[in-house]
Amino acid sequence: MAHELPAECDVAIIGAGPAGLAAAAELRECGAGRVIVLDREPEAGGIPRHCNHPPYGLREFRRLMRGPAYAARLVQAAWDSGALIYTGATVTALHSGPRLTVSTAAGVQNIVAGRVLLATGVRESSRAERLIGGTKPGGVLSTGALQGLVHLRGMRPFQRPLLLGSELVAFSALLTCRKAAIRPVAMVEPCVRTVARWPAALLPRMLGIPLHLNTDLVAIHGEDRVREVVLRGPDGKDRSLQADGVIVSGRFVPEATLLRMGHLEVDPRSGGPVVDQFGRCSDPAYFAAGNLLRPVETAGWSWEEGCRAGRAITASLRGALPPPGGGLQVLAEGAALKYVLPQRLVPRGCGAGAADILQLRVTRPVAGRLVVTRAGAEIWSGQIRALPERRLTVPIAALPVGETGTLTLRLEERAP
Amino acid sequence: MPPRASPPASAPNSTPDSTLPEGRFDVAVIGAGIVGCALARRLTLDGARVVVLEKAAEVLDGASKGNSGILHTGFDAPEGSLELDCIKAGHAEYHEIRERLNLPLMRSAALVLAWTDAEAAALPGLIAQAQANGVTDVQALDAAEVLALEPGLAPSVQAGFRVPGEAIIDPWSAAHAYLLQALENGAVLLRGCEVTGGSYDGAGWRLETPRGAVTAGLVINAAGNYGDIVDQRLIGRTDFTLRPRKGQFVVYDKPAAALVGHILLPVPTKTTKGVVVCRTIWGNLLVGPTAEDQDERATATLVPAALAALKARGEAILPGLAAQQVSAVYAGLRPATQFKDYQIRRHEGQAYITVGGIRSTGLTAALGIARHVAGLAAGEAPWQPPADPLWPQMPMLAEDGLRDWQCAGNGGIVCHCEKVTRREVEAALTGPLAAQTLAGLKRRTRVTMGRCQGFYCTAELAEVTRGRLAQPMVGQDDGA
Repeated sequence: MAHELPAECDVAIIGAGPAGLAAAAELRECGAGRVIVLDREPEAGGIPRHCNHPPYGLREFRRLMRGPAYAARLVQAAWDSGALIYTGATVTALHSGPRLTVSTAAGVQNIVAGRVLLATGVRESSRAERLIGGTKPGGVLSTGALQGLVHLRGMRPFQRPLLLGSELVAFSALLTCRKAAIRPVAMVEPCVRTVARWPAALLPRMLGIPLHLNTDLVAIHGEDRVREVVLRGPDGKDRSLQADGVIVSGRFVPEATLLRMGHLEVDPRSGGPVVDQFGRCSDPAYFAAGNLLRPVETAGWSWEEGCRAGRAITASLRGALPPPGGGLQVLAEGAALKYVLPQRLVPRGCGAGAADILQLRVTRPVAGRLVVTRAGAEIWSGQIRALPERRLTVPIAALPVGETGTLTLRLEERAP
Repeated sequence: MPPRASPPASAPNSTPDSTLPEGRFDVAVIGAGIVGCALARRLTLDGARVVVLEKAAEVLDGASKGNSGILHTGFDAPEGSLELDCIKAGHAEYHEIRERLNLPLMRSAALVLAWTDAEAAALPGLIAQAQANGVTDVQALDAAEVLALEPGLAPSVQAGFRVPGEAIIDPWSAAHAYLLQALENGAVLLRGCEVTGGSYDGAGWRLETPRGAVTAGLVINAAGNYGDIVDQRLIGRTDFTLRPRKGQFVVYDKPAAALVGHILLPVPTKTTKGVVVCRTIWGNLLVGPTAEDQDERATATLVPAALAALKARGEAILPGLAAQQVSAVYAGLRPATQFKDYQIRRHEGQAYITVGGIRSTGLTAALGIARHVAGLAAGEAPWQPPADPLWPQMPMLAEDGLRDWQCAGNGGIVCHCEKVTRREVEAALTGPLAAQTLAGLKRRTRVTMGRCQGFYCTAELAEVTRGRLAQPMVGQDDGA
């Protein structure tokens, strides 16, 4: 890893996960000068470092890899391209300029950059954010914390935990448990269906772990360690279950506090920055890519966004991007739609790493017609049937890029 | 100059505190909450040889672990009460000593807000009470003036008044500082040391603990939520019964702190000061507490419906909160009794002082309570105050203070949300007040207290603390 932080560079990338590392390599291949990647962790690679299971790498390297090998390969590719990676470097503030305040073991310093790419990723929402009741014993962990303990430190924090959630990451947690000889007492999901796609949903049955759908974790009890959990099932009744830990998985939120403390516009629906199809933020010297944009996509998807951001930033440095601002504002309407991005489509915005789809998500299981309107006129529609956290897209080619005003996405739900 | 943690005075602890020291103490303080810590400091500085006996594995583990972190002026305390005297004396002394101990202070001031006609009608009485209590700088405000001061408030606010002297402090570094100053000047702390019984022979006390007998000339009961039980155990009677009052809190992540400057207080009712919205010294924003009487003394249970109601109340006061993220929730227990005022009494002929019923104002009042109790203890013995007492320097954790992550040689950041450095964690694991539990380490450093609640830092922290806490962070570390 590199040591002395430079005082200036052409592009500073915050976050050495799949998106940030992909962007670094792409930027260098496109001929960008001094590209640096800053990561606050002791090792580069991001979340895949502690996901010690496949499938990673299919999109990027056309082979099936485990997370740590995949992370190592991304780091190597960025190094080989000539980007400099700094670990143990925490960006503590974003300023216009752009200028970054960075803390390392040596104290704080400023870095002035030509462009900045934000790629700080996501984290799982905590027990506190979900307002789970009871006491606060030790042994309540997110999947991220569990995997850090098991894969990075060789520790086993509990033996019979409850696993909350059924997103893809919950199955990653199951695989981690299996490796560490941890046997969850049960898996519970508040939604009426498993959130992750088949065949992941077969895993608990294969492992002999009871799966309770339409069930909430309402309380955790214990003094020093977890003693029992209280579940509320579809009948509305509470029942206790002995457990020595809880894995609070999923419900990802962008790691966007740095952003929220700074001058960039934040989309309350996605929890990430407001961007145009180039990933350009409200301050056009800042770009964003990967899961910071929204919860949550795969590593491969984030990697692809990083590559696009690399091309877009290269074009921006050459003055080849269309001017920021203007164009179409893209809005999701109603409670069924969680978010849509990019939130802005600027005119003449294709090529040079531009996104070719709108990404959206729903908040609950839905079926019906997704409609895009502008000034009351329907522009595009499609039948959808979706669960929360499932990928939904709308082709940007079908939209009137170049026009101004507001594009509204709305869901016309079919009666069940 | 980088913030300095107190110098390590002993090797890293493997067992809680030192072995039981020889000889008789002048004073035994039972309970290492904020009050016990302030008592230990005062009496040590007055020259007494003090032992502090704490039944939990860690200090500040009872009532003092969950409060709102406000340094009160006493504007709304009952006129003529001992509580008011102690608040005023404690408030003044905190200002006097805080710089020498490197303790933070955020001069936020408070707004008392009326949201209904009935509350607005109560304001003049509260202002008169503040004047009577010697808090003479309060300013009455109409709705427009309130909104000019705090534009983020819901426009339905009717009126209010401003109390300039109300401030925000770090409730844990204050207590740690008081206790550490006592320890560095000769006091002894025994954690995991419950007083199970005792006897007074006319000349002194013999207290029974799981770690052996402790002898002392004077016993002070500062056992918080267990005050009546300790009285029963030692003097066979008690003047009050504790009924802990639970307070639940919701803490929002740091961006929410930009929504408000003042401490926002409601018009109080007979039983509670009501739901407060204020920043914390660490740059978060908190909403709470609830006020729920309960019989259970040890456990404060979080209740989802109550937390949701607090969030709703917070958003009604400060609409911008709706878009903010919750970073933590917690619950504390205030030692409420059937009496409104503090229950502080010297039991004649028994060299025994009860310090009970210290509710939510204890954080502010502790230093004043300590002075008051020292007065009751005076004449006990010809104590010799130390000529040149040591003043420990506390690590600065305030968001607007000079933090260790800004200084060279910090070892890198371990907890990213709260920007806690490896050097800060190491310092908290060493010295006479070394952390014994993860909760204790959190209170000393704020590790894992932020928005991710350990998503990023748990693994590294488990590694750093391995073998160094009386209660390990991770159940088993026998490998996977």
